[in-house]
Amino acid sequence: MKVSIYRYNPETDREPSMKEYEVDTQGKDLMVLDILALVKEQDQSMAYRRSCREGVCGSDGMNMNGKNGLACITPLSQVAPGVLEGKKPLILRPLPGLPVIRDLVVDMGMFYNQYEKVQPYLQNNTPAPAIERLQSPEERAKIDGLYECILCACCSTSCPSFWWNPDKFLGPAALLQSYRFLADSRDNATEERLSKLDDPFSLFRCHGIMNCVSVCPKGLNPTRAIGHIRSMLLERGI
Amino acid sequence: MVTPVTSLGRNGLYDWLIQRVSAVIIGVYLIGMLGYLMVSGDLDYGSWKSFMGSICMQIANTLLVIAVAAHTWVGLWGVTTDYLTSLTFGKAATGVRLIAQVAIALALVVYLLWGLVLIWGGA
Repeated sequence: MKVSIYRYNPETDREPSMKEYEVDTQGKDLMVLDILALVKEQDQSMAYRRSCREGVCGSDGMNMNGKNGLACITPLSQVAPGVLEGKKPLILRPLPGLPVIRDLVVDMGMFYNQYEKVQPYLQNNTPAPAIERLQSPEERAKIDGLYECILCACCSTSCPSFWWNPDKFLGPAALLQSYRFLADSRDNATEERLSKLDDPFSLFRCHGIMNCVSVCPKGLNPTRAIGHIRSMLLERGI
Repeated sequence: MVTPVTSLGRNGLYDWLIQRVSAVIIGVYLIGMLGYLMVSGDLDYGSWKSFMGSICMQIANTLLVIAVAAHTWVGLWGVTTDYLTSLTFGKAATGVRLIAQVAIALALVVYLLWGLVLIWGGA
């Protein structure tokens, strides 16, 4: 099968280009990460990130035939119709909207800056109990679908609002994490958290197009979380 | 939090609310107007003028003109701050954005005043 990979080395290349490779999959429905390993055997200079190879670490987020996802848990048959059969090439590009360090490796700095802004840790200024802060099963259930985020950046880098204003719009991943702590019964910094989201960019740049939902490899729904935060802002603001 | 704010409500929540409320006003007006046109049968100039000249329609038209202006401003402010940025225009972005926003604001003020004159001018 044909594989077309985005290649760019800022130190030697004037501009990015797509490089074609031929890979023998022996008809197997391999994961995209396996294809990258086969390409790496042919061309040691091609760079990509990987670690756990089972969809937990979030290192190998990339754009596969136009859609973001994790290479390690995306089989060829799910990339696009015709790719597995070799009728169409597998096209791999880095996550869109972030600066490219080299080939498929992007600089995640802007993404992590936005994550840092939502203060993704429990804040509670009441005296700590002797053992731990308890939650009822119902309270605990409220953070299901939120805490599972692995920060792979597939969602934020598929969001046009994040592409245009990556320094001002927090992006779906950071906003999902923001709601994860707003929804946590043990956190009591709700007012401080909400007051930082009330401007026209941080949260309200979300226009609800749900690209984030369609690409999340963990099946999470940042749009719904953003809607919950918006409701909290509405209750607080009027 | 982002501090430089030049949107209509000067706050994301109020901009969002203004856009939703104005959309509802525009939607209700359009449906109401469509309903009127469907049930009113043969319309002539006299009946149209007396319909539009009624105090209810003057208030509805005023609300519509204000809603369209507010909706347009919030929407286009979003478009200009999405696309007329340093990513597309480099260092000239602030100037380009300012010119575009001033042009949009002036056009909307003219539209608003002209609309109000037409509605309440009694011509």
